[in-house]
Amino acid sequence: MRAQPRTDRLNDPALRALVRAQSATRQAAAQPTRRALLRGAGGLGLAGLLAACGTGGTGGGGQSAAAPSPAADISDTDKAVNWANWTLYLDYDDKTGTYPTLVEFEKQTGIRANYAEDIDGNDSYYGKIQAQLSAGQDIGQDIITLTDPMAGRIIRQGYTQELNHANIPNLANLLPSLRDVGFDPGRRHSLTWQSGFAGIAWNKEAVPGGLRSVEDLWKPELKGRVEVLDEWRDTVGLIMMQNGVDISGNWTSDDFDAALATLEEQIASGQIRQVKGNSYKEDLVSGDALAVVCWSGDITQLNFENGDKWEFVIPEAGGTLWSDNMMVPIGSPRKANAEKLMNYYYEPEVAAAVAAYVNYICPVDGAREAMEKIDPSLVDNPLIFPSSEDLARTKVFRTLTAEEETDYGSRFQQAIGA
Amino acid sequence: MTAAPGLRGRHDAGRGRAPEGGPNPEEAAADKKRGRIGQLLVLPGFTFLLLFFAAPVVVLLAMSLYTKAPGAEIGQFEPALQFSNYAVVLREYWDVLVRSFAFALAATLAALLIGYPMAYLVAVRLRAHRLLQGILLVLLIAPFFSSFILRTQAWKQILADEGPVVGVLRALAVLPEDGRLTATAFAVVCGLTYNFLPFMTLPIYASLERLDTRLLEASGDLYASPMRTFRQVTLPLSMPGVFAGTLLTFIPASGDYVNAALLGNNRDTTMIGQVIDSRFFRVVDYPGAAALSFILMVAILVLVMAYIRRFGARNLF
Repeated sequence: MRAQPRTDRLNDPALRALVRAQSATRQAAAQPTRRALLRGAGGLGLAGLLAACGTGGTGGGGQSAAAPSPAADISDTDKAVNWANWTLYLDYDDKTGTYPTLVEFEKQTGIRANYAEDIDGNDSYYGKIQAQLSAGQDIGQDIITLTDPMAGRIIRQGYTQELNHANIPNLANLLPSLRDVGFDPGRRHSLTWQSGFAGIAWNKEAVPGGLRSVEDLWKPELKGRVEVLDEWRDTVGLIMMQNGVDISGNWTSDDFDAALATLEEQIASGQIRQVKGNSYKEDLVSGDALAVVCWSGDITQLNFENGDKWEFVIPEAGGTLWSDNMMVPIGSPRKANAEKLMNYYYEPEVAAAVAAYVNYICPVDGAREAMEKIDPSLVDNPLIFPSSEDLARTKVFRTLTAEEETDYGSRFQQAIGA
Repeated sequence: MTAAPGLRGRHDAGRGRAPEGGPNPEEAAADKKRGRIGQLLVLPGFTFLLLFFAAPVVVLLAMSLYTKAPGAEIGQFEPALQFSNYAVVLREYWDVLVRSFAFALAATLAALLIGYPMAYLVAVRLRAHRLLQGILLVLLIAPFFSSFILRTQAWKQILADEGPVVGVLRALAVLPEDGRLTATAFAVVCGLTYNFLPFMTLPIYASLERLDTRLLEASGDLYASPMRTFRQVTLPLSMPGVFAGTLLTFIPASGDYVNAALLGNNRDTTMIGQVIDSRFFRVVDYPGAAALSFILMVAILVLVMAYIRRFGARNLF
């Protein structure tokens, strides 16, 4: 996630249209049942009209719709798998315009893989698919890749299918620290795609002394040149950790308030120039931002493209650890194919090939050894294969209830002026 | 927007039709037929509006009154008549709403000050130079050939702290040593002005293009100063263009969120479009977002109606 499309990317609209047309014909073959259709269109007429706005679940005169049931699997007859992911998140060959590991998967299994860089934000993607998922419809994707809290949300809402672990023997290669996560105990519905840290980074030329803690971002000489992320878990999370709060533990609303007050103060004083998503990278390049709260893999990528200009660290008080997770949406009729693909990407060699390209933390045990053959210079890259000390200094947010999530999200948005 | 030059244009603009004679059966039948054809012609547009404007507005209105059931999942709301949704968002975002209209107004005025002379130059001064006029007209429309977001992004690069513009302004002491242009309210208004300038210039051009320059000569012959000629002849005749231009600039500018998101900060530049976006996608507060959209729509409607009552009506047609 969190990556910007590169200009040399396969972005030809004609090609994309072709791929889309292909998947459309395939969907036509897998007609949704009459009942599913009725459920989708039914309920409150108005809500049906607003389907795209994700009001599913409001139908039926106010009573909450029952969780949809999984689609029947047609993987044996329909040898295809559709995968929605973030931009710049899979190894890509500029020359051939293909994804080498994916081509290899097609060769090995005979399953045609359609890869779409469809996701550019957890919230916006959720907004797009929620209505269809709540009606149990096929959204045209057999794997979707979402970040922890959003993955937790759609699993909780019953929008994902339970994985058959017998089809994913390589699950044994999942890093032990990622096996039991709060939002999906035992990984019954999800599998980590990549992980990353949120920490701080700075322009080495402009800030020769470097930074060690979140507190250092508030130095007077950085006034107006600091940018922070618009994901509250990362930005407020780092400040909370600076305040000595364990974000994975049972922190309270007061802890959140204290951190938010710090953020508001730094915005009001003009210390923080802007609160941004992915686009903070452009401001680092233009020089408008000299120090940022940011995601680890981005800095590796920026340094690769612009010369070694920036440095990333996990703050002394700790950073946040997030993961993106592959899941099979409830309406997908090709779950077995999806499971084959997940299993394939948990081969250490394949995982290493991906990690060498995307530069985020690789969740697959054994990939480090496999990396020796692919790119020895990356074997000791702490942002791809972090040390156990680094991992110990990072925390994952505890799972929030729906009320908490709405409340904190809303207060954060108000604090950043929106 | 094309208009015939010279005399015909003057007749088109403003002069009433010749009084009609008494009713005549043949004409009445023809009128009736014309009426039916008229209805038929209106049908596609009407259907389109019904489907893509009226229906969504009804949905929006209904959604803005929904309520969250206790313990409901994120994004799940129940139909209700929760009018307090409006009070809540108004209280919370009143400042942002006022700011949005202030920015839109500033951008509209700036666009008028820049756009009018531009339109005048192309439409009146260069009337004899067809080729040059054509080239300039294309240049006026040229910004539309590239993406709105890319152009705004380009502004960010041009106005960057380490960029040439800020460098020169600092050297000239126009900006203080640590002064900057991006991430300020000034940059947002500039972005709005720039992005909506063609909407201002083109309607003014269209009405000035029909201006009969002999009227200007006549005004001069009657000893009017150039200033007075402009005030009493040129400006009144171009009012339909000015009127259309200001509306076409103000309305989209007040709902815009791209400029504020790219060129603004998180302190004093947030516009209402950003808030609606964040309530909808980030907070997943559909009723709140719908209520804000509705408030924005009504506010624009009220402002525009007041404007039309005060200045417009005649100028609209």
